Amino acid sequence: MIFDPEMETRPREDLEALQTKRLKALVERVYANVPFYRKKFDELGIKPNDLRGLENLKDLPFTEKQDLRNNYPFGMFAVSKENIVRIHSSSGTTGKATVVGYTRRDVKNWGRCMARALGMAGVTSQDLIHNAYGYGLFTGGLGVHYGAEELGAAVIPVSGGGTKRQVMLLKDFGATVICCTPSYSLFLAETAKDMGIDFRELPLRVGVFGAEPWSESMRKDIESKLGLMALDIYGLSEVMGPGVAMECHTAQNGLHIMEDHFLAEIINPETGEQLPPGEVGELVITTLTKEAIPLVRYRTRDLTSLNTTPCRCGRTLARMNRIMGRSDDMLIIRGVNVFPSQIESILVETEGLSPHYQLIIKRKGALDSLEIEVEVDEPIFSDKIKNLQLLETKVQKNIKEFLGVTAKCKLVEPKTLERSVGKAKRIVDLRKL
Amino acid sequence: MKADQLSIFLENRAGRLAEVTKILSEAKVNIRALSLADTSDFGILRLIVSDFEKARDTLKKEGFTVGRTTVVAVEVPDRPGGLHNILDMLQKEGINVEYMYAFVQQSGNNAVIIFRFDRTDQAIDILKANNVPIVPGPTLYNL
Repeated sequence: MIFDPEMETRPREDLEALQTKRLKALVERVYANVPFYRKKFDELGIKPNDLRGLENLKDLPFTEKQDLRNNYPFGMFAVSKENIVRIHSSSGTTGKATVVGYTRRDVKNWGRCMARALGMAGVTSQDLIHNAYGYGLFTGGLGVHYGAEELGAAVIPVSGGGTKRQVMLLKDFGATVICCTPSYSLFLAETAKDMGIDFRELPLRVGVFGAEPWSESMRKDIESKLGLMALDIYGLSEVMGPGVAMECHTAQNGLHIMEDHFLAEIINPETGEQLPPGEVGELVITTLTKEAIPLVRYRTRDLTSLNTTPCRCGRTLARMNRIMGRSDDMLIIRGVNVFPSQIESILVETEGLSPHYQLIIKRKGALDSLEIEVEVDEPIFSDKIKNLQLLETKVQKNIKEFLGVTAKCKLVEPKTLERSVGKAKRIVDLRKL
Repeated sequence: MKADQLSIFLENRAGRLAEVTKILSEAKVNIRALSLADTSDFGILRLIVSDFEKARDTLKKEGFTVGRTTVVAVEVPDRPGGLHNILDMLQKEGINVEYMYAFVQQSGNNAVIIFRFDRTDQAIDILKANNVPIVPGPTLYNL
């Protein structure tokens, strides 16, 4: 089902004309209302009137995640507080989270984008949606929720956790659609198996999976174990949340970007140069309609490529390929974004632990596990086992508290951690996606 | 009255202990007593050695994390109730034993036990007041 045929099947010339119009308005808006952008534009000698068309996009400055952090919490907002109706935030240590706001219209647009995304997955108003994305500051839960309601489907706001109860609800309520991270879907299926329930016999027919990297082989695994069609959804809180792009069930080949709201480019992450369709690089998004926190050329750090050829489903919206990796060191663990630098600052704040650490990420069964190996140096060493164990517990507690991710801390001998040319190798990712 | 114990952080993996004994052997340091406490991930090796400074410096140079811990070597009569009497007098005064282990060599007819107390100085006072013999560090290292 095409939820918004006018926008989703618009001829590309018309779409580009709309994007041009919206881009011009956006640039005027940010220049007038966001001091951060006014300063950047002035430094580059760009006036909003200079912008003639999409071809000038490449002249505009980038926006980085760090810019949002530097302007924590509300410095990037383009509207006054009375116009904000919602706040979301990504994980981060105090003062370092990225905070995003929404106006009433932003929430409406988000719901419509998400409704389109569900439509792309073949979901209709007849469906019952089991939404296991976390509700709260994380955009996943509420994002899907508003989209489901916009579409007119029934939504069960299960949120995360309580896996056995989730299995019971899936069985008893007979949901036809499930939304969660791909790894959690496999965990649900395993748990169900232990409870003597075969997922393939449940009425579930579609899974909308996102918020963490996955692969084609994982898709096949999910589809065979859960007995449903597994589709990829993309979004990030900085530009909106889930529903920025979604794979259609017709082609199951690339994610349609909601291009009337999000102008997508692929750049070379090293040089910042624009790359043509088909080439792999970093996805950069300009929010064309966002009112509360409009972003110009936001660097997502996600690596992908674009495909502007027509799709079998009839949509003209360009498709982005499955995310292939990151152009920075951000890790996604059970759907939570974690930067090694955040872990480092937590370690240093925890009794002055040495910054010599290594992060080991494994996938046990379906779930990611994070282990932090920390080198024991003299200041923290004790001859008493319980002191060292207390230290491990403290690290685990602080990581959980500040980053919202469960980790195991393991103390190791100094200099046992792999160092390459004097520089420690910080991340060992053993996940096979 | 106090003695120095060398504490060494060890990862729980094969061959790690042998690494320490090899380094000490090459440095001609004699191990007089030892105890090993461990968890599933790591262990703490506690040693009384013939030459503390030499053992510490050599292990440090080899990259081990080492520490100095103050312990007390107590002579315990080698007969039923010998240890109990000592623990009892300490417990009555609220002294906590963090850990303890036996010394290989005897001192005369008495066994020697290494104690790590939570309050070392008070423990020594109590032992002295009760006429319990304590082996001073330098004597202990060469017993």
